[in-house]
Amino acid sequence: MEKVLKASHFNKYFTEPDRFQVLKDVSFEVNKGEFLAIVGKSGCGKSTLLYLLSTMDTDYEGTLEINGQTLTGRSQDYLSKFRNEHLGFVFQFHFLLPEFTTLQNVMLPALKLGKYSEKEVEHRAYEKLKMIGMAEHARKLSSKLSGGQQQRVAIARALINDPTIVMGDEPTGNLDRTNTRIVFDIFREIARENHQTIIAVTHDPDFAAGSDRVIEMSDGMIISSHEN
Amino acid sequence: MNLRITTQIARTHLMAKKRQTLVAMLGVTFGIAMFITMISFMQGVNQFLEDSALDASPHVRIYNEVNTQRPALIDQLNRSDSAFNVIYHQKPKEQLSRLKNGLLIARRIEQEPGVLGVSPQLSTQVFYNNGPIQISGTVAGVDIDRENRLYNLKSRLKSGTINALRSNPNGLIMGSVLARKLNVRAGDKVSVTTPTGGTMILRVVGTFSFGIGTVDNTKSYANLSTVQEILQKDASYVTDIHIKMFDPLLAIPLGKKLRAVYGYYTEDWATANSAILAGEKIRNVMTFVVSMTLLVVAGFGIYNIMNMNVINKIKDIAILKATGFEGKDIVLIFLLQAIFIGLLGGLMGLLIGFLLSYMLSITPFNAGDFLSIKTFPVIFDPKYYVMGILFGLITTVLAGYFPSRKASKVDPVSILRG
Repeated sequence: MEKVLKASHFNKYFTEPDRFQVLKDVSFEVNKGEFLAIVGKSGCGKSTLLYLLSTMDTDYEGTLEINGQTLTGRSQDYLSKFRNEHLGFVFQFHFLLPEFTTLQNVMLPALKLGKYSEKEVEHRAYEKLKMIGMAEHARKLSSKLSGGQQQRVAIARALINDPTIVMGDEPTGNLDRTNTRIVFDIFREIARENHQTIIAVTHDPDFAAGSDRVIEMSDGMIISSHEN
Repeated sequence: MNLRITTQIARTHLMAKKRQTLVAMLGVTFGIAMFITMISFMQGVNQFLEDSALDASPHVRIYNEVNTQRPALIDQLNRSDSAFNVIYHQKPKEQLSRLKNGLLIARRIEQEPGVLGVSPQLSTQVFYNNGPIQISGTVAGVDIDRENRLYNLKSRLKSGTINALRSNPNGLIMGSVLARKLNVRAGDKVSVTTPTGGTMILRVVGTFSFGIGTVDNTKSYANLSTVQEILQKDASYVTDIHIKMFDPLLAIPLGKKLRAVYGYYTEDWATANSAILAGEKIRNVMTFVVSMTLLVVAGFGIYNIMNMNVINKIKDIAILKATGFEGKDIVLIFLLQAIFIGLLGGLMGLLIGFLLSYMLSITPFNAGDFLSIKTFPVIFDPKYYVMGILFGLITTVLAGYFPSRKASKVDPVSILRG
């Protein structure tokens, strides 16, 4: 199986208010097309781990390799470009840009990437919105959407550049049952159909149960890893 | 491509918060409008004061200084180191203040390059008598056409004409304040008495006003030959030669040269008006300080607004960074907004500044006899408008750059984790 992400010997400390080790020698690998769920109690370090994997947090010990590229020690601008092309994010609180329409929100990362013309980007964004069932809201301001709708739009945005890995920080944490179902199905589908890798931090046992593999964390360490 | 997407984001930000954008723009607008108004008005006043003083004085004046001090004859003849001479109350020698060959000198100076005009004249102290009233003043005997060329007398006449003086050998064009004090107007007669005792009755054919108290209060113009006649001098007797140049700055070297060539005293405008020029320097510094203060205050206002704008958008910045936008994209987004605000606000400021200074320039203002103005003096100089818009742009760009640079370094994790 092709390895798409390799994290080795992650150590991370918080220095505020006291020095405190959040992650203790965490190492693991993720396969291409795998749907991975990271679970654990609050404060066990799972979100912290996800932000390290996302390349947004660069203050850690250890090495991170994605798609065969070592990302530890790279410049912020390099990491920005890398995120833009290879990573997609879904946050717990949807985090769309409120002044922009749904469609524009989805298009922005692709316009930044500049791989396709604006026309094509718009077309692709429509496709993504259709896939998540939000095409009819394309012209609405994103601040006018409901929470579940915004979360789906955030997923479309995460997918627009066909990233290798989609990361979610409790992507269903704020959603009701129906919306959780929808989001989960979308994740499931892109992992299976497009062979994109999903790494999601979650509290939801049902969500974890539906994934390919579950990593359980406690006190900054991986205590178990089992495939479903 | 980067520019395109950042422009689009910047535009959306500006359009989404129209009121905030407008307030930011008004901050720039008022700062620049006040700057334009202030500087146009203050420079207008400066220019007016300078012009009214300098217009009425020649660029170079050649005259013969009458000096009562002369070495005693005995000192010249009987000079020794071991003894000294004591002379009490030496009488001054009779000395004429005439310029020898003055008319010829004037004609030759006219040939010099850069000379606008030369007016040889005969100037003397006089008493003006109108009935029992006696007022002291001066009278200048001139060739009125040459004098007109130098000082543009035509435009300064309050009544009468220049031609009236030419056609009337005993005519007199009198300073307007002096005429009022004597209670005469064009057509009336006054008698003029010189220090040497000569008296003549002259007819006032016009009045003029330079807008300078010391001139309008005391001076009159008469024909050169008339004054020569009162003083009982010959037709080549002149005491002063006034010179105007095309470029006033060339007057200073010319004055030095003329002194060397003809041996008479020369005085250039800068020396003659050093008090006015010093005053002007001080006023220029004041103008500069006031304008700078205005601009700096406006600049801080703009900085404040831009800073708030960036802080309000900090979450959006984190999202943009998370989805792959680089620090320089973020800076560009806010810089573009700043440029838009600075440019539009600045242009509005120029317009309002122009309207304000225009209104000021048509506001009636009565300065009495001393200044010949009816409205406030205002200068409309494109230079100030260019300065204004440049300043508006530079401050807003700086005011937009610093907060956005800070924002571009923000750690998205700390914002997104909440």
